[in-house]
Amino acid sequence: MLLNLHGYGPSILAGTVLTLKVSVFSLLIAMMLGFTGAMFKLSKSRILNVVAQTYTTIIRGIPDLVLMLLIFFGGQVMINQIAPKFGYDSYIDINPFIAGVLTIGFIFGAYMTETFRGAILAVSPGQLEAGYSFGMGKMKVFFRILFPQMMRHALPGFGNNFLVLIKSTALVSIIGLDDMVRKAAIAAGSTRLPFTFYFAVAVIYLVITSCSGVVLGWLDRKYSVGVLKG
Amino acid sequence: MNFSIISDNLGIYFQGLNNTIQLVSISLVIGLVIAVPLSVIRCSKNYFFSTPVRAYIYFFRGTPLLVQMFLIYYGLGQFELLKSTFLWNYLKEAYFCALLAFALNTAAYTTEILRGGIEGTPYGEIEAAKSVGMSRIKMMIRIVLPSAFRRTLPAYSNEVIFMLHGSSLASVITIIDITGAARIVNSRYYTPYEAFLTAAVFYLVLTFIIVFLFKKLEYRWYAHLRRDHNV
Repeated sequence: MLLNLHGYGPSILAGTVLTLKVSVFSLLIAMMLGFTGAMFKLSKSRILNVVAQTYTTIIRGIPDLVLMLLIFFGGQVMINQIAPKFGYDSYIDINPFIAGVLTIGFIFGAYMTETFRGAILAVSPGQLEAGYSFGMGKMKVFFRILFPQMMRHALPGFGNNFLVLIKSTALVSIIGLDDMVRKAAIAAGSTRLPFTFYFAVAVIYLVITSCSGVVLGWLDRKYSVGVLKG
Repeated sequence: MNFSIISDNLGIYFQGLNNTIQLVSISLVIGLVIAVPLSVIRCSKNYFFSTPVRAYIYFFRGTPLLVQMFLIYYGLGQFELLKSTFLWNYLKEAYFCALLAFALNTAAYTTEILRGGIEGTPYGEIEAAKSVGMSRIKMMIRIVLPSAFRRTLPAYSNEVIFMLHGSSLASVITIIDITGAARIVNSRYYTPYEAFLTAAVFYLVLTFIIVFLFKKLEYRWYAHLRRDHNV
């Protein structure tokens, strides 16, 4: 059976679920960091500008894999150096899921920062002023005025980043997380059919990216309702 | 932090640097050579020609580079028929497989970038080329492609940086590139910070150099858009 994959179908599917989990959680982190970074970049404080600028420049200059290994292995050493100072003596193993999600979120936060910054700048300031003049608070202006309008400008870049993010999740297999690439590697090792399994994984990635593309297209139409398209 | 380990092992890092630069530059050149004709075919209105190119781009842009590399390095060994041909001499080498995966991957992205450039050619330029009696091929070579190259330069510089970053995956299949060097140092001395931070610095410097070179190139290629030129 094609879907059974020599008995490894369910295992690969479990890996797919993990891949999706990593994607969604790291997307959330990336969005939060992206918003924060964009706010920092647009703020009047020079220090915050410099912080955000350093963050985006450095992250975008280093390969994801190197950062992931740095956070996974380096974080391990750091935690075990710090923990004894707080009276915690046993050895702590860093969870590869958390390391993976944090790393990917951290990396894509930098890309999201640029996307969101551009999108916020694209909303005309008059809109925000109008909101304030109605007596709305900062939060209300953000959720009612800025966010709905900036999403339209952010979506193309956001979608692109998300598709790259999904593909980057394949890297977590290198730090020992049981995502579908690693499951495929295990299955390939015992059945000696590496092409079959890696191809299956490739097809699943294609399905995920294509579905995301459809959802992003739908979102794009939703947020562009108020705009005339020629 | 103990950076004397790094200074003792700088040799490995420079060997890694050498491998990284080789892998990236060779695959970029091959990728570009494949991408130029493919992008012209991709823009063709004949579905018989453009569909296979579309499928190729769809596959390579929709799947992770890591999986593509595994498919080539581990996957192709599944076919006994392939093993009996001379191709196997190359395909059993990790270096060649990484190069092949990178080249095919960057070719797919570059094709899509160039397609954007070709489709963005102002129609007046094409009409002008036709009106002086150029053939389709001549028009492509003299008018469409040069202006497409110019328009796609910023996007292509991003692709080059992505390729540099992607090349770190070669370390997963035993190649000693910069990341591979860092992994060796880390496993030998268990010094993750020092090992990977050094690798990060190498990549940062390479990224800055690439950005700088493309700025230079943009300055030249966009000379007609400069406001301060003294003519």
